[in-house]
Amino acid sequence: MNIFDMTIHELHAALKGKQISSREATVAMLDRIETIEPQVGSFITVTSEQALTAAKSADERIARGECHLLTGIPMAIKDIFLTEGIRTTCGSRILNNFIPPYSASSWEKLRDRGAVLLGKLNQDEFAMGSSNESSAFGITRNPWDTTCIPGGSSGGSAAAVAARQAIATLGTDTGGSIRQPASHCGCVGLKPTYGRVSRYGVIAYASSLDQVGPLTRDVADCAAMLEAIAGHDPRDSTSVNTAVPDYTATLKGGVKGLKIGLPKEYYIEGLDPDVQRAMDAAIETYRRLGAEFVDISLPHTDYAVATYYLIATAEASSNLARYDGVRFGHRAEADGLLDMYAKSRSEGFGTEVKRRIMLGTYALSSGYYDAYYVKAQKVRTLIMNDFIAAFADVDVLLTPVAPTPAFKIGEKINDPLQMYLSDIFTIPVNLAGTCAMSLPAGFSASGLPIGLQLIGKPFGEETVLRAGYAFEQATEWHLRKAAI
Amino acid sequence: MKYQPVIGLEVHVQLKTDTKIFCGCSTQFGAEPNSQTCPVCLGLPGALPVLNKKVVEFAIKAGLSTNCSITPRSIFARKNYFYPDLPKGYQISQFEDPICQRGWLDIPVEGQENKRIGITRIHMEEDAGKLVHGELSGPGDGSGVDLNRACTPLLEVVSEPDLRSSDEAVIYLKQLHQIVTWLGICDGNMEEGSFRCDANVSVMPVGSDTLGTRAEIKNVNSFKFVKQAIEYEIQRQIDLIEDGGTIVQETRLFDPNSGTTRSMRSKEEAHDYRYFPDPDLVPLVISNEWVERSRQKLPELPGQRQQRFIDDLGLPRYDAEVLTASRALADYFEAGVAAGGNAKAVGNWIMGEITRALNDRGTSIETCPVTPVQLAQLLKLIDTGTISGKIAKTVFDEMWQSGKAPQTIVEEQGLLQVSDISAIESIINDIMAANAGQVEEYRGGKEKVFGFFVGQVMKASKGKANPTVVNELLLNKLKG
Amino acid sequence: MMMTVADVEYVARLARLELTAGEKELFAGQMDAILGYVEKLRGVDTDGIVPTSHAVPMENAFREDEVRPSIGLEKALANAPHVSGSFFAVPKVIE
Repeated sequence: MNIFDMTIHELHAALKGKQISSREATVAMLDRIETIEPQVGSFITVTSEQALTAAKSADERIARGECHLLTGIPMAIKDIFLTEGIRTTCGSRILNNFIPPYSASSWEKLRDRGAVLLGKLNQDEFAMGSSNESSAFGITRNPWDTTCIPGGSSGGSAAAVAARQAIATLGTDTGGSIRQPASHCGCVGLKPTYGRVSRYGVIAYASSLDQVGPLTRDVADCAAMLEAIAGHDPRDSTSVNTAVPDYTATLKGGVKGLKIGLPKEYYIEGLDPDVQRAMDAAIETYRRLGAEFVDISLPHTDYAVATYYLIATAEASSNLARYDGVRFGHRAEADGLLDMYAKSRSEGFGTEVKRRIMLGTYALSSGYYDAYYVKAQKVRTLIMNDFIAAFADVDVLLTPVAPTPAFKIGEKINDPLQMYLSDIFTIPVNLAGTCAMSLPAGFSASGLPIGLQLIGKPFGEETVLRAGYAFEQATEWHLRKAAI
Repeated sequence: MKYQPVIGLEVHVQLKTDTKIFCGCSTQFGAEPNSQTCPVCLGLPGALPVLNKKVVEFAIKAGLSTNCSITPRSIFARKNYFYPDLPKGYQISQFEDPICQRGWLDIPVEGQENKRIGITRIHMEEDAGKLVHGELSGPGDGSGVDLNRACTPLLEVVSEPDLRSSDEAVIYLKQLHQIVTWLGICDGNMEEGSFRCDANVSVMPVGSDTLGTRAEIKNVNSFKFVKQAIEYEIQRQIDLIEDGGTIVQETRLFDPNSGTTRSMRSKEEAHDYRYFPDPDLVPLVISNEWVERSRQKLPELPGQRQQRFIDDLGLPRYDAEVLTASRALADYFEAGVAAGGNAKAVGNWIMGEITRALNDRGTSIETCPVTPVQLAQLLKLIDTGTISGKIAKTVFDEMWQSGKAPQTIVEEQGLLQVSDISAIESIINDIMAANAGQVEEYRGGKEKVFGFFVGQVMKASKGKANPTVVNELLLNKLKG
Repeated sequence: MMMTVADVEYVARLARLELTAGEKELFAGQMDAILGYVEKLRGVDTDGIVPTSHAVPMENAFREDEVRPSIGLEKALANAPHVSGSFFAVPKVIE
């Protein structure tokens, strides 16, 4: 078995059994990255040297008998996570030369457990996009079909797992940015409940929606990664102080008697037939495993995209004001202060980022605040209430992740609204603040992966992971590998 | 036409916390530029604010001391604008639902006992950094940004437009200054910018009930300047109206050198701050229990203490006011009284000798080398006739220098008052004998010479003779 | 057309973005389409509905007033495009 094909659990067993050293694993991954990278473009920065140093100290730890599940495992993280001393760009020209003086809490937790950082992954600029086409560092291609997008904004995080350039990765999800690329690339991706994982050191897009999560080969790895990164962080006021369950321990509980809701608003006319077929098959599988299905309604689903694009862009317009060329980042040659601001920002930001800053600034501006921003926040309440009502009757919801499999590169780039609408099934989860996972559930006629989404109650990650694990055990979709 | 000025004040009170409002950086004044910064106050990507609990506690104290209601659920908002001293491109402040609302202060105004000045709101916010101009090394004529002050906690206290003159504005401001320093939540240092004031000034014809267009005057950082700036602005507006002009709503900068205000061009652009709730911070929920706990811990406020000094200790209002100028001064006074000093006498000594000595040495009551207990001991020595009031001043100076107890000094230096009649008589006899001419003059009706004899006796006794005894004996002897 | 080029210019100025004539046209059209789509929210009855800032209920996150080490001058200035002495340098600010 190739090292780069392994899961965390498989590699851990090999490391612990001293069949493989972390250094060997890391070298294998770096070789794999070098080979594959020209076809995929998952990385913005590959940190070979630091990786080998980290692997060396991981091997020393293992030799001392300190072998945590993640010790010595080569990983990569989205370039939205700050890494002390390692360039962090967030996919933007404006941060082209930014070397952070501190690291994101979530990455620190992995690093402290001995994980090895292979590099920083490509993404849509400032996590704004669903296709990874808005990166200032080139597009990322879907390892299953390199003429297709990998999804976004954590496109590099999903592509790197699918192309076996990293054993596991971290991404962020504001409107589907972990789940949608996971679905398009055939891997497992989890968006935890808002507040479950610290946002400290994660470059903000929309602060009330952003959440950190893992992308992995299988559900067991996903549980292990979540366990490592979850938990209260006193540096993030919105991080929740509730105990982190042992997600691995409850994985195998099965789904007998589990009540699964099917929201009718997610099974619509326009759904791609391949996606529909995959959902039908998944429902059949769960039925066979003893789950019960309940038809439910989330009546405000149709308003989610509009709500999201007002709230997310408003927050973003403010979050991105700090990129002014004064303390860090790109600074244009300019005459005078106003000119410096306008030129630095206009040269530094790409079109999609500018568009969203414009939209958000407009939504907050005098005379429009109530009609747009406050209205959106109220509709957000209704969307949240839909989920609360649904979860009174069911344990999880089963839905498609995206209405279609991965689309072609360039297909939607000039029609932002169409691009936004492709996030229709993932966005409501962020607005409701709850958790959801995407996992492989089939393939399209043209061989592109299709993911299913399990949506859980707030802090119901255990149930989602348990349900995902049961499905994975009963199917083989997650075992297929992109022929790259 | 006669005009009525209408004034409202926005006061920025810098809170005396050890750390900034949203990060653990020190708030110490005067450090090397940008040395007291971290990812949060530098506004680095990914950094998040966490609220300093002490700021909330201070805000509650300020609110309760100015008769505000404490908002049960208040939130932080972002005020969005670009400026080089504002690292994040927004200031974290409070907009809707500030922590304190609807309070008031009663200020003494001539002609009426008290005038109630409404306080619209008090909210918490972070300060901006500092810009320096023309002190930079290297080429170019740019500006420099120092972010040490960025993220320092402020309270903004916004008054209603209830003030009607520059004098009222100053009285209100002084009272507010006294309260925040008294509470120990602000060091009150106006030169360092710990207590700053913006004044909203407008004028309207007397009898009108329509407010005029107001100008906001920034940068008035002393009581004197507040008075000057407001008076200048009132006159400027009246002159402009009389000349047929119209007032424009604008921000004006006070120039202390010329005593005038001028329009701030850079702030002329219409502002659209795009306030919205800061998603990085969570709602601040303050329970009734929390409010009550704070209320119980509040010190007795200056106004209350003044009244008690008048009612219980029999001080005149003037003395009570002076002795409550600061909490430390009032504490000193009360400690002196508690140690057995007569209230009026302790007060007089504090307002007299002690204040003079403190001023001479440029120090404050907190570091006074004479303790209140020692002061009370000194007063007791006077009361019991052990030393004279005059000698007491010498003893006081010695106490200041050496820190010794008054009794010790009196004994060491032999300063005990002489009340022994025979001893004084003998001195008087000697002096009368030596000054027979003056004795004749006195007896001839020139009574002014009496003072000469008192002086001579005191001199001969090195000030130790009991003046009452001296007076009595002299009168008898001179009569012959 | 809800969004004119003049609106775009006003917003761009607030956001400190310098847009080309082409971008202004493009954004006016695209923002118009997006705002047209967003209009559907007007049809939702939100009377008496409380706006949501955080989907997960949370309140009162504090830190104690205890000094933590700053990152130091060198690190603070390390990423600055222009530095003068210990200051971040910017074009002259006129007040």
